Amino acid sequence: MSRFIVRRLLQAIPLLIVISLLTFLIVEIAPGDASQMYINPESGTDPAYIAQVRRSLGLDEPVYVRYVNWLGKTLSGDLGFSFRTRRPVALEVGDRLPNTLLLGSASLLLSFVIAIPIGVVSALKRYTFIDYFLSTVALAGVSIPIFWVALLLVQVFAIQLDVLPASGMRNVRESYTGFPAVFDVLQHMLLPMITLSLAQIAGWSRYQRSALLNVLGQDFIRTARGKGLTERRVLGVHALRNSLIPMVTLVGISVPTVVTGAFITESIFSWPGIGRMGVDAVVGRDYPVIMAVTMMSALLIVIGSLLADLAYAWVDPRIRYE
Amino acid sequence: MSNALSNTQIITLQKPAESQTRVIWRQFRRHRLALIGGIIMLLLVLISIFADQITPYDPNAINSDYARGKPVAPSAEYALGTDNYGRDYLSRTIVGVRISLVVGITAVAFQLTIGVTVGALAGYFGGWLDNLLMRVTDIFFSVPAFLLLLIVTGILGGGLVALIFAIGALNWMTVARIVRAEFLSLKEREFVLAGRSIGVPTWRLIIVYLLPNTAGSIIVAATLAVPNAILTESALSFLGLGVPPPHATLGKMLGEAQQWVRMSWWMWIVPGVAISLIVLAFNFVGDGLRDALDPQLRD
Repeated sequence: MSRFIVRRLLQAIPLLIVISLLTFLIVEIAPGDASQMYINPESGTDPAYIAQVRRSLGLDEPVYVRYVNWLGKTLSGDLGFSFRTRRPVALEVGDRLPNTLLLGSASLLLSFVIAIPIGVVSALKRYTFIDYFLSTVALAGVSIPIFWVALLLVQVFAIQLDVLPASGMRNVRESYTGFPAVFDVLQHMLLPMITLSLAQIAGWSRYQRSALLNVLGQDFIRTARGKGLTERRVLGVHALRNSLIPMVTLVGISVPTVVTGAFITESIFSWPGIGRMGVDAVVGRDYPVIMAVTMMSALLIVIGSLLADLAYAWVDPRIRYE
Repeated sequence: MSNALSNTQIITLQKPAESQTRVIWRQFRRHRLALIGGIIMLLLVLISIFADQITPYDPNAINSDYARGKPVAPSAEYALGTDNYGRDYLSRTIVGVRISLVVGITAVAFQLTIGVTVGALAGYFGGWLDNLLMRVTDIFFSVPAFLLLLIVTGILGGGLVALIFAIGALNWMTVARIVRAEFLSLKEREFVLAGRSIGVPTWRLIIVYLLPNTAGSIIVAATLAVPNAILTESALSFLGLGVPPPHATLGKMLGEAQQWVRMSWWMWIVPGVAISLIVLAFNFVGDGLRDALDPQLRD
């Protein structure tokens, strides 16, 4: 097992190198570079001065030298300084990454808790009105853009009913501690969490439906029924648990969707995570932050699919990684 | 069932092309939502083609005397109201629908070109080429595509064409996998052996013998990829980074509506409904086509 993990992590290295190269090149083609941060347009337009600044920053080196330099620094944890806040990017990421992980994992959990029962109901009531209704709703669910869902939720819950906050992560006017602080964050998290979950719920419930139907058609279910178990036990113990196995992989496949969703959702709800930081950095052309966020997103996707593979082996004893 | 199947086969032998289409059409027609989706799709395409003729106003014409800095509610004059610059919302929605469709369809055409080429080469030749191409496909699957698109449109700022190519270049992987899988099984079939034994060149085997047999899966994948491209474009535009001005796009209209959410319902309802309708229509049609084209799902 540990050999499998090591091999998967080694396989991720070329991927991360390709992505870093791609990001580096895009930033390279883009107008402007780090020297702008150190040059005051009013006083420092002297070409000799600009050349000196560029030399001290290593910007006069050829592209490949600068890439290797950047890669070396990144690997040692030095992500440079944000153009905008002038703080170390590593600190900025450290501040915001936990918020994204919190929102992302909470929404995955919510998707699971809602999608599984929906899928089970449509499988058990196959080809009835309920099944068709749920499948149509699911199709509609993946068709509605999540940023529109977000606006709808804000309109209903934050403006019309005025029961939930529309943006941010904490109530800045109060300084809660202990349980009220947790409750405050939960309250702020509810709308972005629902927004981020909707696309998953729609897709996952369909997978759960077919997974359960697949299991119900197998021999051991007939055996279980044949030995006189109650239908409830057949479903709850034998069928449902086995139908959950393929669902585990889905979590891994969904990580890119959640990462994409995070950029949009965090921007709409002003959630202080790396998604919103990425969008702000693109708008403000904050190159060191852009590169850090790109690498971080790629890393999240790689780790997500690795965790899904491991979980798959954990829930299904038939699968053994060499 | 078996009777119906043998009937189909006899008809297929007599009039191959037409009856196959008819079988698919009959299957598709049975799917009521797909039919509704198809009709909506046709209407949207017609609206896009005749957009210049049917827009009541110039979609970018500013009427600040009328609006006075605030969105104006729907009235007899402006059927769907105006935005805060007094631009007619109906006209903007119509051209927005057109841009969405153009982006969706051309981006998918581009991603089909890449996906089909990669999938066909990997599936037909196998070996090290297959290994290499599938590795590249895996890498692209793990790329944070949306962020790269943000960077491409936000920083490189290439406009509509760059956006279309970027969406296509980051989304061809599913098609490549589908085509590869089909090629792997198709190339073992007798008609391919027959073709090879009478000296048909390889490129002709791939394009004339194998590719048409994968058309069904490709059409379904393409129909389901269009909504994806449209949603991506509108999400980018919503964040203010997609299609550059002066084009009115549905995503950008929604983005601008954010600050008027409190008072001007039409500003966020209209473009949202329009995007959802387009995407829903394509998804319904794709669903129906999958049922109609996949013989394994037929019952």
